[in-house]
Amino acid sequence: MMKKLAMGGLLLVLAISGCSSKGGLDETNAGASAARRGHAKAGGAGHAYADVGRNSQFTGLGDLDSGTGPLSKRVIYFAYDSDDVLPEYEPVMTAHAEYLASHPQQTAVLEGHADERGSSEYNIALSERRARSVERSLRLQGAAEGQLQIVSYGEEKPAVSGHEESSWQQNRRVEIVYSGH
Amino acid sequence: MITPLRFSLWLGFLTLGLTALARAELTVDINQGVEGTMPIAIVPFGQEALAGDNLAGIIAADLKNSGRFTPLDEVQMPERPVPPEAVNFPVWQSAGQEHVVIGQVVPGVGGAAYEATFTLFDAIRGTSLLSDRIPFKASDARHTAHRMADLIYQQLTGERGISNTRIAYVTASGAGKTREYRLQIADADGQGAREVMSSSEPIMSPVWSPDGKRMAYVSFEDRKAAIYVQNLSTGERRTVSATPGINGAPAWSPDGSTLALTLSKDGNPEIYTLDVASGALNRITRDDAIDTEASWSPDGRSLVMTSDRGGKPQLYLVSATGGEPQRLTYEGDYNARGVFSPDGRSLAMVHGGEGGYRIALMDMGSRHLKMLTRGRLDESPSFAANGRVILYTRKDGGRDQLAMVTVDGQSQRNIPIRGGEVRGAAWSP
Repeated sequence: MMKKLAMGGLLLVLAISGCSSKGGLDETNAGASAARRGHAKAGGAGHAYADVGRNSQFTGLGDLDSGTGPLSKRVIYFAYDSDDVLPEYEPVMTAHAEYLASHPQQTAVLEGHADERGSSEYNIALSERRARSVERSLRLQGAAEGQLQIVSYGEEKPAVSGHEESSWQQNRRVEIVYSGH
Repeated sequence: MITPLRFSLWLGFLTLGLTALARAELTVDINQGVEGTMPIAIVPFGQEALAGDNLAGIIAADLKNSGRFTPLDEVQMPERPVPPEAVNFPVWQSAGQEHVVIGQVVPGVGGAAYEATFTLFDAIRGTSLLSDRIPFKASDARHTAHRMADLIYQQLTGERGISNTRIAYVTASGAGKTREYRLQIADADGQGAREVMSSSEPIMSPVWSPDGKRMAYVSFEDRKAAIYVQNLSTGERRTVSATPGINGAPAWSPDGSTLALTLSKDGNPEIYTLDVASGALNRITRDDAIDTEASWSPDGRSLVMTSDRGGKPQLYLVSATGGEPQRLTYEGDYNARGVFSPDGRSLAMVHGGEGGYRIALMDMGSRHLKMLTRGRLDESPSFAANGRVILYTRKDGGRDQLAMVTVDGQSQRNIPIRGGEVRGAAWSP
């Protein structure tokens, strides 16, 4: 049990360090690839993110950026073939729910992910189920419907690229991505 | 009681059946060569006019890849005639070769830069079975070889060849901010790859329209899933589905008018059909479970889909207009991504078991399930137009690859692909 918890902690640290490159990411890339194809569409989401980022400086979001405490934990890991939020994540869920409840303008995307085993489209459905599980928990504890959006990526964006269980357990996850952070 | 009319009908059926049986036996006979395949010799072409591509080598590789031929090694050939009249049949008979192909490339007349001529001989009877002449430009040399391979294949098997078809797949490379997903199309042998579109966000599930002119795929380029249909010659494309939640698993109806797809806009993943021209949406499934990965039966009347309504993912058959789904698979705890063979008689799928996730084939008549591959992480099965070979993705030895397996499971090979991990595969019509 201790070993499992320690492992969980390690995974969280790994995931958070990976996560820092996540928030504002890739607008440039998306824009560039859109331009290359001659389609302006892909740029839209990127601009929205950038705007929220500027505004957020005036709404006291320092908490989110502190790098410590339960709010800094943005990745929830899941057991194989399961969408249950494990009890060890309760403090983390409560902290995010309370933060969202007290910052009604803040929105977040819940990104669902699966490990690579099995069929890719079925994994999209599985990872959505995980994201909905996190959404339910946050809603029950005070987050409003309009604050949360779900995107399920299935096995398409692994956190770790290996083909064995130690990698897979880091890929079965939901990432809470706050707009502007 | 058998009435006279019925009796004569029965007789008719019996005769038909016997004819089919005789044909089947004949086919089996032909196949009982080396390793159950037909020996054939593709003599190096006289092609001083054309540098670079070795046409005979390409034809031989194509025929070998079909799983039905064993081309003779060049070093074992008893002679290398170029003009048709130079063939010495007895030496080929002695070498155990029933069929011999010779050919040459000469400068073209009119607009074409080159002209390829070739002849397929029956070395036993000493007769010509097929002779053709194909004008081509330099950039089409490989395609010309594929066309010749398909003509030879069709002549000797009575079935359509698939060497001159294409495959689509998604590659992913880089990490973090340099992550790049590319939707690509290549010839069926993996050569001549070109990019259809690229994005820093995932691209998934490419599928060819039945006429091969358009492709539907899922792209996350707007940081959420949407389904696009792109014209492959003009590059023009449009968004056909961008509802909240999942927009996934597009599948073209056989007539090309409708896409089956998975949407979760109503709370959980359900199968819908979308009239591509009008945008009219029809909901097919209603269940709290996951319903996804629809694929059409060749007659366009039914869809096979993956559902976990029974607790584990299994394949179900449902009418394309909706109704109660019927469970198709019972073997094992994981059967997903079912796709019908072009004749509708079998269903390829991803079967999960003790050893891993493999490509399996189910006979729709007997419901018998046969394992075709032995990988740990095989997925994304897609049939060749003639139903003889299945394209799929595999992850073995730390590499993500494209591979092909014949439907008898006898022949399996990797397709060399550049550009990173391969994540989805679709064979063109």
